[in-house]
Amino acid sequence: MSSESRTEAAHIHHPDYVKIWAVLVVLLIVSVLGPLTGIRWLMLFTAFGIAIVKAYLVAKNFMHVNLEKRWVTYLLVTSLVFLAILFSGVAPDIMRHQGLRWENYAAKKAVESGSQASAKHE
Amino acid sequence: MSSHSIANLRSVTGIPTARLVTWWVIASEIFIFGGLLVSYVMHRLAHPEWAIAAANTNTKAGAFNTFVLLTSSLFAVLAHKAADAEDGPKAAKFLRLTALGGFMFLTVKGFEWAHEIKEGFVLSSGGFWSFYYTVAGLHGLHVLAGAIIMLVIASDAAKNRELPRVQCIGLYWHFVDIIWIFLFPLLYIAK
Repeated sequence: MSSESRTEAAHIHHPDYVKIWAVLVVLLIVSVLGPLTGIRWLMLFTAFGIAIVKAYLVAKNFMHVNLEKRWVTYLLVTSLVFLAILFSGVAPDIMRHQGLRWENYAAKKAVESGSQASAKHE
Repeated sequence: MSSHSIANLRSVTGIPTARLVTWWVIASEIFIFGGLLVSYVMHRLAHPEWAIAAANTNTKAGAFNTFVLLTSSLFAVLAHKAADAEDGPKAAKFLRLTALGGFMFLTVKGFEWAHEIKEGFVLSSGGFWSFYYTVAGLHGLHVLAGAIIMLVIASDAAKNRELPRVQCIGLYWHFVDIIWIFLFPLLYIAK
């Protein structure tokens, strides 16, 4: 190993990865059990809130993002900011099926036929 | 004594070039998967019928696959730890276990898809299924590619060669794991 890589490796503190994995598995179990309560807000929290926590734990402890040079974080955050721009720019057209002077007939038809097809399949 | 390619020896930015490239790949993958996930969320919120279609996905299979990927991520980071300690054979062993996790994930996915297709849910069955097969299929291709690359790196690592690559493939694998962490609630939980 080069002296630089060796020095860098020596600086990385490896935490107890098995313990972190155990926490991730417990969170997975909670996210699976959440919908069984039948409470919608709790289901959304256990599903998506826990997904964010799990992703954070993996990024921090397994990918060691916090130990990288700061601009690696900038690179990743910039990607996420562009995603947010994509969402906010496109969402009004996709998430609404009609506006003041327009109507998305295709989307409305898709909702109608999708509901019928799903009901038939059941 | 270990040997390294130039990508692992150069670090103009303070990060070895190979790892820097891995981070760039991950940033570009954020756009690929992020774009798909954002599109999915937008359509899912605008199409209530997708919830009915999503009720047909197999939560148990999805949860089992999440467990498999989380466990394979553990093996990937243990391989990194072994590589840091310059224990190539141990790193190779953990990399092979990680790849095994990847193949197990794909096997479960294969059975799951076969069942869904048999039930009549195909790519053209509607918006939800179109997204389901596209996103999960693209993710599956990433798992397959990662597992194959991991086996190639493991064969070098077993001889104590190119050990910094172990961390690079690990970073990629953890990212693929994170993508699945978000796909699981979107495709299997929110019904």
